[in-house]
Amino acid sequence: MIALLLRDLKLALRAGGGFGLGLAFFLIVTVMVPFSVGPQSELLARIAPGVLWLGALLACLLSLDRLLALDWEDGSLDLLATAPLPLESTVTIKALAHWITTGLPLVMAAPVLGVLLNLPAAGFQWLVISLLLGTPALSVIGTFGAALTVGLKRGGLLMSLLVMPLYVPTLIFGSEVARRGAEGMAVQTPLLLLAGISAASIALLPFASAAVLRVNLR
Amino acid sequence: MSIWEYANPKKFLATTEKVMPALWAGSAVLITVGLVWGFFFTPDDYRQGSTVKIIFLHVPSALMAINAWFMMLVTSLVWVIRRHHVSALAARAAAPVGVVMTVIALITGAIWGQPMWGTWWAWDPRLTSFLVLFLFYLGYIALWEAIDNPDTAADLTSILCLVGSVFAVLSRYAVNFWNQGLHQGASLSLDKKENVADAFSNPLYVCMAGFVLLFIALVFYRTGTEIRARRIKALMARERLEA
Repeated sequence: MIALLLRDLKLALRAGGGFGLGLAFFLIVTVMVPFSVGPQSELLARIAPGVLWLGALLACLLSLDRLLALDWEDGSLDLLATAPLPLESTVTIKALAHWITTGLPLVMAAPVLGVLLNLPAAGFQWLVISLLLGTPALSVIGTFGAALTVGLKRGGLLMSLLVMPLYVPTLIFGSEVARRGAEGMAVQTPLLLLAGISAASIALLPFASAAVLRVNLR
Repeated sequence: MSIWEYANPKKFLATTEKVMPALWAGSAVLITVGLVWGFFFTPDDYRQGSTVKIIFLHVPSALMAINAWFMMLVTSLVWVIRRHHVSALAARAAAPVGVVMTVIALITGAIWGQPMWGTWWAWDPRLTSFLVLFLFYLGYIALWEAIDNPDTAADLTSILCLVGSVFAVLSRYAVNFWNQGLHQGASLSLDKKENVADAFSNPLYVCMAGFVLLFIALVFYRTGTEIRARRIKALMARERLEA
């Protein structure tokens, strides 16, 4: 399992893995927001938590099609499926690798981008915490979407259509935590619900992902 | 005699063809009676005027929009567990009907909301969760259309339906949490004292029964079409093999 994780991380970090693209996308979306809504700092401060959450979500979404597609094309997915490691663990590791290479950098970049959007000082801590709790769910749900569409040519757009509705609860609770944090309100309820969604997704969705992957590898 | 007999496509087609005329006629009569009764023989509401009468389209279509997804969930489960092809095809057949019902519910709601709430759309939990349901339907149908192999498509869509159901319910509660409601509570429920007045609820029940029959008729009809399309494909494949 650790070998697989290291392999995925290496593949993502070295040339052609597209590491950092998600991060650059996150940056560019955030920079585009003031251009579209105007530079008034109080408006930006109000929408900053939601914009940062949405940007992180989209950056996650865009990096999903590389998650399984490359392994599918060169056949290493077939080998992984026949390996002694259960497919459920394989997809969990894949999701973890995706989170380390995409989700974690997003979490670390978010406060910097928060400065650009004039996020209130109280919001930084809760923005980071909510993203830290929420991005694993985004990775795991996204892995399910990637597994569903892995066999399709040009499945990227379809995958977005499938994954976006599944992201709704995570996005709602995640940006609610960030918003309440920024406005200095109590965050406990949405925070617990967000953690619950993450925990349940991590625990259960790999089984669904492995099931659809088996169908696609048939 | 068990329900699994209808997993045989031949038996399914024979039986549905027998009951189809009754279903079509029944739904036509019930919907006509319900709508005419509702539109012309109920009093105007003292505050809402005659706009209240859109309820006779809005509530039945919303009812079927949710229950169509529920039916797809059940048939998907049957496909995953017992692998009866008719079941998977029925789920596929029900999805577009469900989309249309969702759209009818959203549009009639907007038409009613414009004069009553003063807006075509509000980010109310009920409205929002219906919009999310609509997105789930779109994804489900798009996945069916994208995959060539029918068995693979059936497997993938049924798992998507199962996972999607969980997330649809989650979204329902999430949007409840996220915004206060503008939409009124349930119009009809068994355990509440304050329901819609009888003058409105009786024709509403008739309309709902009519929509249920219409939904069943449409699903039977579309499932039959899917079965025949599958047969034609098989025949053509066999011909190519022999040639």
